[in-house]
Amino acid sequence: MIQLLYDLVFNYTLRNVALGSALLGIVSGVLGCFAVLRRQGLLGDALAHAALPGICIAFLLTGSKSPIVLLIGAGIASWLGTLLILRIVNDTRISEDSALGVVLSVFFGFGIMLLTFIAKRNDANQAGLDKFLFGQAAALVASDVALMALLGGVALLIVVLLYKEFKLLTFDPGFALSLGYNTRQLSVLLTSLIVVAVVIGLQTVGVVLMAAMLIGPAVAARQWTNRFSTMIILAGVFGALSGLSGALLSVTQTRIPTGPMVILSMTAITFISIIFAPNRGIFWDWLRRKRHGKNYLQKAMNEWDTQRAAKEGRL
Amino acid sequence: MSEQAVVRINDLTVAYGEKPVLWDVDLELPEGKLIAIIGPNGAGKSTLIKATLDLIPRAAGSVEIFGRPYSEQRHLVGYVPQRGSVDWDFPTNALDVVMMGTYGQIGWFKRPGKREREWASHCLEQVGMADYANRQISQLSGGQQQRVFLARALAQNAKLYFMDEPFVGVDAMTERAIVDLLRNLRAQGKTVVVVHHDLDSAPEYFDWLVLLNVRLIAAGSFAETFTPENLTRTYGGRMQLLNQASVATEVTR
Repeated sequence: MIQLLYDLVFNYTLRNVALGSALLGIVSGVLGCFAVLRRQGLLGDALAHAALPGICIAFLLTGSKSPIVLLIGAGIASWLGTLLILRIVNDTRISEDSALGVVLSVFFGFGIMLLTFIAKRNDANQAGLDKFLFGQAAALVASDVALMALLGGVALLIVVLLYKEFKLLTFDPGFALSLGYNTRQLSVLLTSLIVVAVVIGLQTVGVVLMAAMLIGPAVAARQWTNRFSTMIILAGVFGALSGLSGALLSVTQTRIPTGPMVILSMTAITFISIIFAPNRGIFWDWLRRKRHGKNYLQKAMNEWDTQRAAKEGRL
Repeated sequence: MSEQAVVRINDLTVAYGEKPVLWDVDLELPEGKLIAIIGPNGAGKSTLIKATLDLIPRAAGSVEIFGRPYSEQRHLVGYVPQRGSVDWDFPTNALDVVMMGTYGQIGWFKRPGKREREWASHCLEQVGMADYANRQISQLSGGQQQRVFLARALAQNAKLYFMDEPFVGVDAMTERAIVDLLRNLRAQGKTVVVVHHDLDSAPEYFDWLVLLNVRLIAAGSFAETFTPENLTRTYGGRMQLLNQASVATEVTR
């Protein structure tokens, strides 16, 4: 244990992996709350998948594999995906989930095509782009973590500043509009922040698993509290915890890659929360129903039995 | 008309896709009245409110509130959306929802403070919900949720209120509370426009009537407008809810 703490501080790789995963957990946990409560859980999934062609195009245009360049490409593609989804929902009669599905598959398919195209060019420099599919946290360097911290810090600052507006937008957008808020712009801003969370997560958990980082902590946090502010903080904590524990488990204990391990840690937290959280946990529900349900039914049947016996006895 | 018109709607047309929901509506609403908007399902009642408040785009026409566009008069207007329009499992309590009524006047970046909290408590009290301030909103009954929405509109401290179906699916106690609240608002000289379903209670609860079925059928005091002929024109052949005798007695009352 002490060795682990020592490594966490002084082992360069472990420190970067742990810090990066925890950072990602906090940012995606906080922003995931808005996505989940707005019933846009799938949005994160669509945005993450939409980032892939952006990464490939950024590489094709610049020939550079520097994270900043690739992530800018990812951010732009993901953001274009957002606008496209909003456009489709506003201008057509296609429902939001269908729009998400269409954008997700089209962008992702295009991205895979570009990946294959790049791989076939026999370019010595091309190796490693596919790490964005499932993430490769072990490859994080200090400058990556610094970039993640900067992006995440800005996103969290905006959430703090616009907390009241985002909360109203999430609970009752119609009322927000009647008060004079430009809900379309607020919506685009909030979604853009989710894009930032996605971009932060691309190197660590990759495009395929990113949605879980947004949805899991928020769903888990909702189970423990009935206060929005508490839910957001708790989701950040759950995200950080799963990032940290996933990173430590994958680096020290097993040969499982970090991204999937982070997701598995988070799934454990979410699973426990859904089942055992006080009030909302389904286990307590089940227990109550089992105890009472059985009693009531037994009672009713017993009564019915005695009534019937009495009747038959009289006859 | 002796009263000042608080809402003036000119040639309002709204369409969803190809289908017009409101067609060429001209309407003036007087100040200080309780006004019911009545019509069958799909008549465009909610749409009329939403188009007036710029919540949905208008295909044609203009709206003035106290003589100016809505965008300049927001602070004078309170809005109660349909209860079913939000997810009541949102993690918050009744008092917090009521405080949202003050957001428009707090300004960007700032948070509601102690004054807003006390003001919101006061508004909850007026709808008989003071004891439920800290209750998680999903734990409230439908009627209580409706009263929370009304309290939020009160917190806006408006001169003109629009309420979308506040009487739908509420218990008798809430219905009573809403009626008392409406009369209270009228006594303060405020105007309230309510989308309403129930023809039987309308003459008792309201002063003024707007009969709507895509087009405007009639608007005016109950004595002028609540006639069998107008109701038949509004509801078409489906008007078997009321017998004409009871309408006549209501009108002569």
